[in-house]
Amino acid sequence: MDVAIEVAGLVKRYGDLTALDGVDLQVPRGTVLGLLGPNGAGKTTIVRILTTLLQPDAGRATIDGVDVLVRPREVRRRLGLSGQYAAVDEYLTGFENLDMIGRLYHLGRRRSRERARELLAQFSLSDAGDRPARTYSGGMRRRLDLAGALVAAPPVLFLDEPTTGLDPRSRTEMWGVIQQLVAGGTTLLLTTQYLEEADVLADDIVVIDHGRAIARGTADQLKAQIGGERLELTVSDAGRLDEARRLVTPLGVAPAVTDEHRRSLTMPVAGGVKALRQALDLLEAEGLDVDDAGVRRPTLDDVFLTLTGSTTSGEDGA
Amino acid sequence: MTATLEPTTSVVGTAPSRRRVPSTLRHGLSLARRGIVKTIHSPEALIDVTLQPVIFLLLFVYVFGGAIAGNSSAYLHFALPGVLLQTVVFASAGTGVGLAEDLKTGIFDRFRSLPISRAAPLLGAIGADLVRYLTAGVIMLVFGFALGYRTVASPLAVLAAFGLVLAFAFALCWVFTALAMVVREPRSVQGLSATIMLPLTFASSVFVPTATMPGWLQGFVAINPVSRSADAVRALLDGAPAGGAAAISLLTSAVVVVIFAPLAVALYRRRT
Repeated sequence: MDVAIEVAGLVKRYGDLTALDGVDLQVPRGTVLGLLGPNGAGKTTIVRILTTLLQPDAGRATIDGVDVLVRPREVRRRLGLSGQYAAVDEYLTGFENLDMIGRLYHLGRRRSRERARELLAQFSLSDAGDRPARTYSGGMRRRLDLAGALVAAPPVLFLDEPTTGLDPRSRTEMWGVIQQLVAGGTTLLLTTQYLEEADVLADDIVVIDHGRAIARGTADQLKAQIGGERLELTVSDAGRLDEARRLVTPLGVAPAVTDEHRRSLTMPVAGGVKALRQALDLLEAEGLDVDDAGVRRPTLDDVFLTLTGSTTSGEDGA
Repeated sequence: MTATLEPTTSVVGTAPSRRRVPSTLRHGLSLARRGIVKTIHSPEALIDVTLQPVIFLLLFVYVFGGAIAGNSSAYLHFALPGVLLQTVVFASAGTGVGLAEDLKTGIFDRFRSLPISRAAPLLGAIGADLVRYLTAGVIMLVFGFALGYRTVASPLAVLAAFGLVLAFAFALCWVFTALAMVVREPRSVQGLSATIMLPLTFASSVFVPTATMPGWLQGFVAINPVSRSADAVRALLDGAPAGGAAAISLLTSAVVVVIFAPLAVALYRRRT
């Protein structure tokens, strides 16, 4: 197998805090790996080490066969990075931002300009290209940032939470842009907090929690592991929550989880809407009032609930 | 060294890293260009080095001038060289603030993920600011002339005065760069810089002859590098012999650079 990104036993500590606790990854050339996890799981730390911005305390990594720790400068020729905070210069125009990066890559004046115009067109920014980036919307800024990572057409691309903070429409646009890139053969490592995003974009998904890989596989494997849709019910009387759980349990494919405080229960189901109707019928027959009910697709929280038994605890910072 | 690897789709090709220093300079220049373009796009960022010192000069000349020197035109003649220095010194504090701001955004991460020298972004920022300092200095001098300042100094002496001022600002901007790496928050950098700059510029020979100051303060003024540099600039612009003061000023600048430039670079590397 032709591996574009290889990571073995990566460890990073900040004082007493272990940000990465022995992470192994392999990304075959031309594929997309999604690192899925909550804030503070260590996703950004992995990206920063692989893009030579940070030194690990142990472990090794290669990009395109080049050792990240031994030859960082060589590695930087091969990668593009678009970080969590759009790295665009507010006071420069979109064109100037890209032109500057081209010159830093020694593309030369003419080629830098051509490349900047090409990328602006590719990312639907041609009209805004001569406006300062501070006038851009969040989605445009992210696109410009991504364009900046692509100036030298690097074979390996790192995107750190490319859609965090974007509205749903910009997010969908961004997904389209990323899918085009990947279709062109770029190897991509992307981090995300959204299961749906990993599902749409990634060939393989690694779930990261507290600096460790707690699950890995294809999107389908992961979904099979965590079950499909979730049935969610909120009962009127907290005292009868347990009774409700017993009644609906036979409809689920995995045990239901209850939350006394919110008077709610969540359970993976196979039948979707059908299971919902059956559940409501059962509860009504017993005279159990329901305030709210629905089925929804699984989220990162559900992944964590299934894999670790607790929901994401994202308060320990990045 | 990269030629043995299979060709990638990279449009950069795999130019072997040329001799280090020239490429660092080249990258620094590209990044300095960024700083200058940035200033052109947001001329309001020039206010601290243009409008502010102009107002300063007006206030000092017309509010205090008569009281200090008998009449405002005599005071203008005394104060302009010092205010020229003070303007550029304050502008150099802006370098620290600008860097602290840049470091808060992701832009330095972008630079550091590029195959360029780590010091290049720092050199670029300082290079662009040297242009800012020079602009500020020229504006001050032109404005001084408009107010009636005249000099008998040769053009060469005027250039030498500018050189001294820029060297001093270049030295100081390393101090503020180091400060920005430690303090991080742009507002705090701004506040701290002002706290350092105010006593340094006022407890000096910039605005007033020092004879009326109490002895302990005169002691400080005597060792204050701002005084020595102001004296040198004043002597140069007056067409007077400036050798001793100029030598001390340049030596001070050199010492500050030797101490603070490596410190700032080390802090920058650790920080980023």
